[in-house]
Amino acid sequence: MSKSIIRVEALHKSYVNGKNSLHVLKGLDMNIQEGEMVSIMGSSGSGKSTLLNVLGILDNYDAGSYHLDGIHITRMNETKAARYRNQYIGFVFQSFNLISFKNAVENVALPLYYQGVSRKKRNDLALEYLGRMGLRDWAHHLPSELSGGQKQRLAIARALISKPKMILADEPTGALDSQTSREVMDLLKEVNQTGIAMIIVTHENEIAAQTRRIIRLRDGIIESDEENAAFQHESSAAFLS
Amino acid sequence: MLDYLEEILSTLKQNKLRAIMTGFSVAWGIFMLIILLGSGKGLQNGMEFNLRNIAQNAIQIWPGRTSLEHEGLTKGRRVQFTNEDVELLQREVSGIEDLTGRLYLWSEVPITYKSEYSNYTVTCITPAFYRIQRQNLIKGRFINENDQRESRKVLVLSQSIVDNLFKDEDPIGQYVKLGGIHFKVIGVSASPTDKDAKDALIPLSTGQRVFNGSHNVSNLAMTTAYQTVEANKQVENSVREFLAKRHRFSSEDQEALYVWNTMDSVKQSQGAFNGLRIFIWVVGIMTIVAGIVGVSNIMIILVKERTKELGIRKALGASPWSVVQLVLSESLFITALAGFVGMLLGMGVLHGATLILSKVYEGNPMIRNVFYNPSADFGVALSAAIVLVVAGLLAGFIPARKAASIKPIEALHDE
Repeated sequence: MSKSIIRVEALHKSYVNGKNSLHVLKGLDMNIQEGEMVSIMGSSGSGKSTLLNVLGILDNYDAGSYHLDGIHITRMNETKAARYRNQYIGFVFQSFNLISFKNAVENVALPLYYQGVSRKKRNDLALEYLGRMGLRDWAHHLPSELSGGQKQRLAIARALISKPKMILADEPTGALDSQTSREVMDLLKEVNQTGIAMIIVTHENEIAAQTRRIIRLRDGIIESDEENAAFQHESSAAFLS
Repeated sequence: MLDYLEEILSTLKQNKLRAIMTGFSVAWGIFMLIILLGSGKGLQNGMEFNLRNIAQNAIQIWPGRTSLEHEGLTKGRRVQFTNEDVELLQREVSGIEDLTGRLYLWSEVPITYKSEYSNYTVTCITPAFYRIQRQNLIKGRFINENDQRESRKVLVLSQSIVDNLFKDEDPIGQYVKLGGIHFKVIGVSASPTDKDAKDALIPLSTGQRVFNGSHNVSNLAMTTAYQTVEANKQVENSVREFLAKRHRFSSEDQEALYVWNTMDSVKQSQGAFNGLRIFIWVVGIMTIVAGIVGVSNIMIILVKERTKELGIRKALGASPWSVVQLVLSESLFITALAGFVGMLLGMGVLHGATLILSKVYEGNPMIRNVFYNPSADFGVALSAAIVLVVAGLLAGFIPARKAASIKPIEALHDE
């Protein structure tokens, strides 16, 4: 029986803007096991970005509880939050969010810098991960010299290098063409097979269809949370074609 | 450490022009500070150079007229010093080291050698004089105890008088006519400060006898055994009391005596120079403050521009402290480098000025009394360096706080 990596109970979050208060998350319950691949779907305004922020310890919540790998995540100081992020979570963003004046190796090695790993070790490990992504030859190139797919692979390498327990991906294929999207999704699935939980926030059905479980959000509550019926078909379809 | 440097340099390289312009104001501030401080020191050195021939702790006293009634005597009386004053003063008042009375003759006296003559001021002194007001001996000797005791008709002339009267002839042993009376020239002197000084010195006793000065003395000059202002003031007061009693005027009478205590003027000018130095520091620091505001300004813009990058770093695990360090070390780096450059340039200019000045001294030595050896010593450079470090940290403070408070989510979705 695998452990729960994310356990959310009665989660509430509001954004306060002066006198107005916007209640975005209205009591969510969610349980994600280690090694699961889940997509979170919803139209804009459904609260999916907010949920992602809370899960990624990038923002606080107002009521309920959130346990990450058994650790109760409460309002904590930024230093502690940064440390947890660094240890448990890898991020993949739609717009890649690479540092433009650092080359590929430096970008990938950055999480290790914040773990206090020595320069040589960092860079060696970064090169290894780049190799796994097929980007070894581009090690000293700047992000501006890479294609969209390469950049996202770089970002994934960066997300993996700190050996996180889960990856939070926010529209990872949003800026990529369909071919490249497929490649990236395959990569994410491979990563997931190694036991790292994968949580993908998306509004595209095709992307969600490639995950085993889909959680749908609407107006701040979970509308549905079910096994992806299309999942088996999708993979077998790919297998067949 | 190397990581830090790498981080900072790569960010700065991104916009060299901006970094240079920012650093400029700090460099300028430090440069000005060093130049001003050096110049201040130069002025002070000049003044001290000027005074160094007069004994630091000399007191000179001239008699005046009483302005207060005292012991039944009216005011307006002239006070007159005599030989007795000198003797008794030396005996009765403690703390006096060397004491001389000087007699100035009423008017300029013609000194004649062969066919050359001119009018000069003649001063009659005792040998103690040379310990109070230093002279350089060019030829022969100074007036000594025997001359004073035997009231010899001997004369010490300054070099400029010798040049006038004797031209290239050796004056030692020659006789000149001083006010119609033959005097033998026994020595040639020169003032260390004033190369055009025209001093003609004869023994006090001779002057009193030959020129009908009886026992009179025009002024008293003394050095004390003490170095501090308070002790000197004590001696001055004791002397004043003593003379007041002897000449029967009130010791409160400000016009009965004119006292010039070199300690006072030295302290005064030192005070003035200290004041100048404080003023310079204030001006210098204000300029640097302007520079800091400039650096701070640029850093804030920099932080704003790097919002996304800082957000990414935070998401990846950068603690607020590490972000603060990033910003602070950058501003520190810019200020330190700029300040260093400013300091080098400032000291370079001062050094160059010293070189030029030493050439100027050769042609015009009087300048040395005004402006001498402008230099910023190590202590100054060190203080400037400390100011810089503090400045760098201050400059980075506000931008660092801004950086630390960036929320990663806001930064990342900042499109």
